[in-house]
Amino acid sequence: MHKHTSEFDPHLKDPVTKPPLDPHLKALENEAIHIFREVAAEFENPVMLYSIGKDSSVLLHLARKAFFPGRVPFPLLHIDTGWKFPEMIAFRDEMAERFDLDLVVYTNPRGQEEGIGPFSHGSAYHTDVMKTEALRQALDAGKYDAAFGGARRDEEASRAKERIYSFRTPDHKWDPRNQRPELWNIYNGNIRRGESVRAFPLSNWTEVDIWRYIQAENIPLPPLYYAKNRKFVERDGMLMWAEDPRFQPLQGEQIQEGMLRFRTLGCWPLTGGIRSTATTLDEVIAELEIATVSERQGRAIDRDQAGSMEKKKREGYF
Amino acid sequence: MTAPANTAALAEVQELPEAEAAKAVRDSRPLRLITCGSVDDGKSTLIGRLLWDTKAVKEDQAAALSRDSGKQNDLGLPDFALLLDGLQAEREQGITIDVAYRYFSTDRRSFIVADTPGHEQYTRNMATGASTADLAVLLVDARAGLLEQTRRHATIASLMGIKQFVLAVNKFDLVSYDKSVFDRISHEFKELALSLGVRQITAIPMSALKGENVVYGAGTIMPWYDGPTLVQALELATIRTATAGGFRLPVQRVSRPGESFRGYQGTVAGGSIKPGDSVAILPSGMVANVKQIVTFDLVRNAAVAGDAITLVLDRQVDVSRGDMIVSLDGQPMTGLGFDAQLVALQPGGIEPGKRYWLKAGSRRQRVVVQPVSQLELSSGKWKPHAETLAMNAIGKVRLSFDEQAIFDAYEQNRATGAFILIDPDTNNTVAGGMVTAKRSDLGGIHREGERVLLSLPADLAEELMASEAFAARRDDVDIRRISGQRSNEIFETLE
Repeated sequence: MHKHTSEFDPHLKDPVTKPPLDPHLKALENEAIHIFREVAAEFENPVMLYSIGKDSSVLLHLARKAFFPGRVPFPLLHIDTGWKFPEMIAFRDEMAERFDLDLVVYTNPRGQEEGIGPFSHGSAYHTDVMKTEALRQALDAGKYDAAFGGARRDEEASRAKERIYSFRTPDHKWDPRNQRPELWNIYNGNIRRGESVRAFPLSNWTEVDIWRYIQAENIPLPPLYYAKNRKFVERDGMLMWAEDPRFQPLQGEQIQEGMLRFRTLGCWPLTGGIRSTATTLDEVIAELEIATVSERQGRAIDRDQAGSMEKKKREGYF
Repeated sequence: MTAPANTAALAEVQELPEAEAAKAVRDSRPLRLITCGSVDDGKSTLIGRLLWDTKAVKEDQAAALSRDSGKQNDLGLPDFALLLDGLQAEREQGITIDVAYRYFSTDRRSFIVADTPGHEQYTRNMATGASTADLAVLLVDARAGLLEQTRRHATIASLMGIKQFVLAVNKFDLVSYDKSVFDRISHEFKELALSLGVRQITAIPMSALKGENVVYGAGTIMPWYDGPTLVQALELATIRTATAGGFRLPVQRVSRPGESFRGYQGTVAGGSIKPGDSVAILPSGMVANVKQIVTFDLVRNAAVAGDAITLVLDRQVDVSRGDMIVSLDGQPMTGLGFDAQLVALQPGGIEPGKRYWLKAGSRRQRVVVQPVSQLELSSGKWKPHAETLAMNAIGKVRLSFDEQAIFDAYEQNRATGAFILIDPDTNNTVAGGMVTAKRSDLGGIHREGERVLLSLPADLAEELMASEAFAARRDDVDIRRISGQRSNEIFETLE
């Protein structure tokens, strides 16, 4: 018997008092839970790609909800390039411990042996070997027939037509010309041995939904999302974290110190920080909302323009 | 949908205090819609305009757009169609664009748009996009009016269960904002929609290019129009939920984290449930009571359609994935034969007599499909057709199962009336279908003019004779009471 079974009873007796989700987030949550359960029931050996960022954190939270009071019934796979922020690794291990998760960490042995890194080999080659190739190796090694990912359709144009169950050939190829039609919420999980699907429970979420959900559900995030006094340099227009022993300042580069946070997480040499004073989730969201407000201000300008356009039209019309 | 949309009212809507607006957005689930029309009707421009005016365009996209857009419209604004550029590039590379999903929101509601190309394989793509949509926006060019294409799109949308239409009469600037043009087109469209059984219809004169009556009003340029803008119409649209009918929980998986807990996990597909309610498990028909509704956040005292829940029953019953837990009243239909309509989605079509996999909810089973007729989209008429249904064909079919199937009519419940067919040879999804009724003829014995001789135990015959169906046709029936011995003799002489 797993230790979680003793955990769920007190939880059931002591309902959380947080306000219910708004209907919009609730609908997105219901859809994601449905997808999680469907994949877990239909596939023999699913895995969840876990990249430690905010989307992964939401994905993990939804997985815990989907299978409650049971534990998450599949492992989490983290592809470790060897160049992640130490705070990411610490957060990952803490989550695995706290939520009783099966965590699989994989690093490309070839890349490790050859010492491939972004500084010595360039970012493109590093990413190709340590992330893309490593992922293929890890999926093959685990013989996973389904892999959950946190991709959203609003991220970029080519994702807009990605399916929720996205079919992959035995060599992990995606053929956008020949995707299976997806109707209603009925997903086709029929595959042959060696083939697999990538499943995207967050398909219909937008960036704003992710942040609102994190706030509403009080989901823990890696501390890198919050501003902290950090050492960094400015390189190629990017604020690069400069506290790793492998960091080498270039000629003329000054190591600076200041309040810095990160909007996305990845390999530290490839992930720029932003100057910020936001040290709590509310403050981070407030910063985002200032961005929204500036957009709204843009909206006001548009409205003025529309007004003047109308005026012009009227002038032309009459 | 008759919200006043004169400029004053519009200004009022937009100037809601921030707090009020934030409260408003919490009142609804995302509205899913499909846009039907072709590039010629200005569909890309309309979607681009929606994304642009609702600020769904990200800063980097917007910057790229104003940088790259050599082409600007006469208002000095970027070419909105370029917002969908990623996909246009794909199109140039020859990749089939089937369905793309786009997201935007207003202060009141968020929207998910299924964007399907208007030409080329439109039936299959439209059926896919329409399957999840609550509303269809049908786009026409004001200069051209309704085309055969409009009729086809409207027919497919209504067939897929969409009950709300918005007719976007686009490029209205090019007909000099002429009221008589709008009246003619909208009248013709209303007749078409009503003939398809769609009653919620809004027609809007607009110029997507100029942004008139899309997100913002058209000012004083069409003083005769006092209807909503497109976005106002979408904000007012209703989302259909199957909360009214009987309770339905297609069981996705059984949760057994330990000896002490056994829960049935799934998404409520209709009706509502609370602890203490009696339920039946289909197809076995066993009965139990609901003990608990478990979710991560708390033990709930009710669940409604759309909720992803874990149900605990008060007794040990055999329940597995693919079963359906239902209310005792208003149960779905179970049986081995059903009538359905389907859309053929793949080049091989749907072959009579072939055994397919059918997936409905979480239930997957074998089925044989027999085509009966095919819809002729140009006339809206069903023509007898017993052969293979080719790709993009819409057909009426008979489904025959080896094991009990469980359905509601799609009209009653979209979630439990819909299915897909999977080709066991290719594993591809080859059809999307909607159940219309349980087949009334038993095992195919019903043929016009023929009679069936039954020999029954007297008590069963009495039960039969007490039924409504029997009473209605009492005059057609011959009854003789005889011994079992005599019955055997008669049946022997028949062979």
